[in-house]
Amino acid sequence: MSSIIRMDALTDADVAAARIRLPGAFADNRRVLRIVLWTAFVAYLAYLHWAFDFGRVLTGLPRLWVIVRLMVDWSGFLEWDHTAILTALVETLAMAFLGTLLAAVIALPLGFLGARNMTANRVIRFLFRRGFDACRGLDQLVWALVFVRAVGLGPIAGVLAIFIADTGVLAKLYSEAIETAENGQIDGVRATGAAPLAAIRYGVVPQVLPIMLSQALYQFESNTREATILGFVGAGGIGLRLSERIQINAWDQVAYIIVLILLTVVVIDTISARLRGRLIRAGGLKRT
Amino acid sequence: MSASLDLFETRYAALRRKRRTTTLLGAAIFVLLVLCAIFDTEFYPSKLLAGIPKIGEYFDKLFSVAPARGQPRVAVLAWDHLFGGIDEAQSVAYWFYRFGTYASLLWQTIQMAFVSTIMGATIGFALSFPAARNLGTPKLVRLATRRALEVARSVPQVVLAFILIWPFSIGPLAGILAIGIHTAGALGKLFSEINENADMRPADGIAAVGGGWLAVVRYGFVPQVLPNFVSYALLRFEINVRSSTIMGFVGAGGIGQEFRRVISFNIYEEVSAIAILIVVIVSVLDLTSERVRARFMAARTA
Repeated sequence: MSSIIRMDALTDADVAAARIRLPGAFADNRRVLRIVLWTAFVAYLAYLHWAFDFGRVLTGLPRLWVIVRLMVDWSGFLEWDHTAILTALVETLAMAFLGTLLAAVIALPLGFLGARNMTANRVIRFLFRRGFDACRGLDQLVWALVFVRAVGLGPIAGVLAIFIADTGVLAKLYSEAIETAENGQIDGVRATGAAPLAAIRYGVVPQVLPIMLSQALYQFESNTREATILGFVGAGGIGLRLSERIQINAWDQVAYIIVLILLTVVVIDTISARLRGRLIRAGGLKRT
Repeated sequence: MSASLDLFETRYAALRRKRRTTTLLGAAIFVLLVLCAIFDTEFYPSKLLAGIPKIGEYFDKLFSVAPARGQPRVAVLAWDHLFGGIDEAQSVAYWFYRFGTYASLLWQTIQMAFVSTIMGATIGFALSFPAARNLGTPKLVRLATRRALEVARSVPQVVLAFILIWPFSIGPLAGILAIGIHTAGALGKLFSEINENADMRPADGIAAVGGGWLAVVRYGFVPQVLPNFVSYALLRFEINVRSSTIMGFVGAGGIGQEFRRVISFNIYEEVSAIAILIVVIVSVLDLTSERVRARFMAARTA
């Protein structure tokens, strides 16, 4: 049994024998596969180009440049309808605030119903979980349009849209937070003879409340951003003003409103980040 | 002894008073904000109560169908009609009678998400290196790149799409560009954070043997950060599928256009049909991408 294979001692007959014994080692399957995959990828790109015609990007660039130039010219600043714009901006914030608040409150009991360690019944849990999925599976803009049809134009539709979509998100996050709660505290409260509701109140809630509040605040930030576009379908807020100005090609005011939105988002993010930081620190102190 | 106890009592009382004032103040501000918000959005209980029956009626209609004009509405699906022909009300075929249109629009929606993810990931990849703090890029270039990424991800996608409609005309291209720009901003930031957390030793090694900036990036960073990049890009693809479903609301392609039409014209059973299709597609893609990501990460650590 020679264990050393000398390459220069290999005869053609050896190679032929090995080829019969181990066909897989000689066939270059990987290379074929790679070629096939690359060809498929290139063909797919060609299909995409046929479907979307990316050449139009180049023909559109000069027109985009015209729009950008109009955007930076703010010479008419004093004549713009600042009251309407700022009122709409405040309305956007109010919508996001109210929608998130309602969602945070309603999602609390729903979160318990969707948590594995709180709801033993698998069917109930499954139904609630899929319900959350359905709420957040559709975009807020879709909900907004639906509520505009149901309750009419205006910020109420926007608040309801944020509320429904956000309930799905927060209920899911809450139930995940509840599932990570430690059992020791719950058992401890139960051992004193507490009723189930008291066990939740004193065993679970203190553990998860800081997390829940910080998640709700985080959602408020994201909803502020989302709420700026709800007006596109008539659900109140700055979106209506923005879409009007895009439609009449008032690009200078469009740029102004976008800058205002960005500034608002930065301010809200900063405030919320500070509050969240305090909450997390308070939660950490409570636990030690 | 009692003197120090008194001191403790007074200090404790003072602390409690301070705490209580802070809490009350916070609560007052909160209530004030809620009231302002209610006033501003006219979210009054009376209006809400008047609206609830209408909402219930609307959702009721979503899952019911009138077999013919003027006839009373019946549930959209019934067990004994479930697999009836396209002319039979209360069958799946009747409910989804425009399935062909929906399917091609959904296909377009997914393609839009795919292209914009690739576009955004490519731009984000290229910009993540100048934006990272640990590559020795000139400060001016770094800050400029970071600001550009920030602006790209902060402008709402729908707004961007609506603006891009003007130069690039109505259709999926504007939507792709809008989502792509947003993705570039979001992924560029995440990618640059991955770069900043990368192990510097390979990069230092390349630099030590005389490698330039490009060589350091190519051989020092890319091999170790690429798997994380791919994972984040897949996650972004899931988000982009959701976004591309609404691009049609402003005319930027995909299923959104059809969705907006049926909602606006109150074609109730089609609203529920499209909504269900979107939720199913989004869930399936989420699950698939989660699997791929899990396998990808497992293959890496193995």
